[in-house]
Amino acid sequence: MNFRAALAAAVALLALPFAAPAQAKDDLVIGVAQFPSSLHPAIDAEVIKFYVLNFGIRPMTAFNPDWKNSCLLCAQLPTIENGLAKIEDKPGGGKGMAVTFKLKPDLKWGDGVPVTTKDLEFTWKVGRDPASGFSNGNPWNRYTALDIVDDHTAVAHLSSVDVHYNEMDILLPEHIEAPILAKAGNAAEYIKQTAYNRAPTTPGLWDGPFMITAYQSGVQVVLEPNPYWAGPKPGFKRIVIKLIENTAALQANLLSGDVDMVAGEGVGLTIDQVLALRKSYPDKFTYIFKPSLTYEHIDLKVENPILADGRVRQALLSAIDRNQLVSRLFEGLQPVADSWVNPLDQNFTKDVPHYPYDPAKAKSLLAAAGWTPGADGICRNAKGDKLSLDFQTTAGNKLRELIQQVLQSQWKASCVEVVIKNEPPRTLFGETLKKRSFNGLVQYGWSSSVGSSPRRTLHSAQIPTAENNWGGANYIAFNNKQMDADIDRADSELDPVKQKAIWADMQKLYTQETYVLPLFFRAEPHVVPKWLKGYTPTGHGDMSMLWSENWSYGAN
Amino acid sequence: MAAFILRRVVQTLLVLLVMSFVIYALIGLMPGDPVDMMIAGNPGATPEVVAALRKIYGADQPLMVRYWHWLSDALRGDFGFSRTHSQPVLEVLAPALWQTCQLMIGSFVVSVILSFALGIVAALRPGGWVDGLISLCAFAGISVPVFWLALMMILVFAVELHWFPASGIANVGDGGLRDRLMHLVMPITTLALANTGAFIRYVRASMIEVMRMDHVRTARAKGAGEGRVVLIHAFRNALIPVVTIMALSFGVLFNGALLTETMFAQPGMGKMIYDSIQGNDYNLALVGLLFATLVTLLSNLAADLAYGWLDPRIALA
Repeated sequence: MNFRAALAAAVALLALPFAAPAQAKDDLVIGVAQFPSSLHPAIDAEVIKFYVLNFGIRPMTAFNPDWKNSCLLCAQLPTIENGLAKIEDKPGGGKGMAVTFKLKPDLKWGDGVPVTTKDLEFTWKVGRDPASGFSNGNPWNRYTALDIVDDHTAVAHLSSVDVHYNEMDILLPEHIEAPILAKAGNAAEYIKQTAYNRAPTTPGLWDGPFMITAYQSGVQVVLEPNPYWAGPKPGFKRIVIKLIENTAALQANLLSGDVDMVAGEGVGLTIDQVLALRKSYPDKFTYIFKPSLTYEHIDLKVENPILADGRVRQALLSAIDRNQLVSRLFEGLQPVADSWVNPLDQNFTKDVPHYPYDPAKAKSLLAAAGWTPGADGICRNAKGDKLSLDFQTTAGNKLRELIQQVLQSQWKASCVEVVIKNEPPRTLFGETLKKRSFNGLVQYGWSSSVGSSPRRTLHSAQIPTAENNWGGANYIAFNNKQMDADIDRADSELDPVKQKAIWADMQKLYTQETYVLPLFFRAEPHVVPKWLKGYTPTGHGDMSMLWSENWSYGAN
Repeated sequence: MAAFILRRVVQTLLVLLVMSFVIYALIGLMPGDPVDMMIAGNPGATPEVVAALRKIYGADQPLMVRYWHWLSDALRGDFGFSRTHSQPVLEVLAPALWQTCQLMIGSFVVSVILSFALGIVAALRPGGWVDGLISLCAFAGISVPVFWLALMMILVFAVELHWFPASGIANVGDGGLRDRLMHLVMPITTLALANTGAFIRYVRASMIEVMRMDHVRTARAKGAGEGRVVLIHAFRNALIPVVTIMALSFGVLFNGALLTETMFAQPGMGKMIYDSIQGNDYNLALVGLLFATLVTLLSNLAADLAYGWLDPRIALA
């Protein structure tokens, strides 16, 4: 090409009319601010990973949008009532359970290979191996034996009576992953070689309505319908999950039409950003605020002599107006919490001690504990020590820092001084909380799944210590024999009425002891196009993508 | 010349070796380890599972042992596995490097052309209104935060005018040359505008100084045209300090432009290095930072070689 021709080509290229990228309505582009580090269903427990995976692979069972356990791959949910679950005597004594899982007959992987009990058996064998590298072995290692009845029926034997007996996780495709595992020889090598990470566009990895057809790490994931999916035909020909880490840029992409919607499950915009967007563009999108299981709270270090006194802890709670906080900052969309149990959970109880905003009561509790206001307005005890506490959270999290300032001023009005000493998230979670080196208050949030046991956060065996290599997440060092017993009982109680009573007792103990100041449950802020139909956020870990075949374009 | 280059190559290798240890040790000093990231928010991660994971990922070994294993493997060409991408490090590095090459070379070329042209024009009439206008634009370029400039570009050219896509590297289902170029226009312009201001100031200052020199006056006295005086006699000499600055800037540019890459969702080296450090991805962070060090060292070497070309009186010994 000579110079003149090259120049003409360049001019022609620039002269083409500029146009926004066309997005047909059979495409859905979802903006997210995080990207999964792995696509293997059992390695890592990132929310963003399951956000992507749940379009393409289904767990055997999941909690539906009404927070009820339901079948996705199984034909019928095993229960004691329908006889598919039974309590049995274990050979060595004691009670266990036998649970019959029946797979739906028409399930197929994306390459046409049927989903069978071979997949179940393979996943169980790998999952219960402690050296598998699975970050959560519990779904599989509770089964001591698995009897394969036929291609679609298996009986799982549990080592104990387990309230979660009929919850089962994602199956791995035996015909794809078994040869890789055999060749790898060990977990460390398998993690590197699994097709979920090395070849995620392999159709046989996916048994859901969509399968990954293009994957660029750190850029985007493209999903298209699984041709062997036997359920309702998906409403979109293509779903693109696009990473835009900067949330200001993510909003701009939403407004420009480069993305159609922003995920609300903690992987997109924050609630304050969505509230601001709604204020500016009230009619441009549908805004859904779904209360979730993410529990925002403040842990107290009860070894601190000031916080060792229960009256001081109760005073801290009575001195803050959580309703006003939620109302002013979040337009009342995030429900105030009394404990870690969400009001939408079936085991929630209202019958616990409540600590409404009552500054007079806070002052009288402090006075009873020996703290009286000094000349500077801050309480002092008989020795002249100030009632001063360190208050930490994740530095750079604007919302948390704002909450801190509100709480700081409310506590100051009740003669309590809190000194804000924030740390970067990796320091706060990687050192300060993990090794329990904080000495006052720490604000953060954590998520649980529906009905999940509080064992890891409240059982005395889960207090992080050097001896257990700082394992466990009982950062408050909650050490209560009744709570330990309740947790053990709750894990094995099958009667829903008795189960609810145990949970009520746990919530009561938790709120009585006030080792934690509950703040609120976060609401998932979903921003979706007005034309998107069938989209139902769940608010829990089994996200709406598990029913994404119901999403479709519909005229306004 | 050959001895000079050989000596610099050996120095570069030594610096890389020392840097590899320093970077590894510094990453190791950061709180938490890769397993902490994996188990964060995972209620099923019991202490037993955590211990097993630490063993699998080698996080139970002392730092020096881990470094020695890494170095031994690296010398055999195995740079390890990226935890945050679940791929071998080189497979993550290659596309990021390609993306960075497009962005950085594009913006560097635009910056150099603009700064040479505007710097020379400004230097010809120092203190005049043209100089004032160019200086004002240069200071604006230096002062405006990159993230703000990027956001304004997106709001104006993507949200309002719909001329360019707001982010990403290509549209799904397209990915042709024009599509890719359209995705590069705004990030390259943002980066170029951010760098051009400083370059203009260097070119202008250097040109003003050289234009006052005797050899320029002599050239004019001998009857050389103004164009020849400026471009041949003055500009070539003015380039010597400018080349140093540009070479260093090129190295810095290659380390990545984190903000621009983040704002425009361009998966380049800057974002890759930042994310790997945040995610405790030792192998990727280490190789990314070492590569950035290598580019900076090579840029300096290229600047040294350029001095000899620009001014043959400078001996490379």
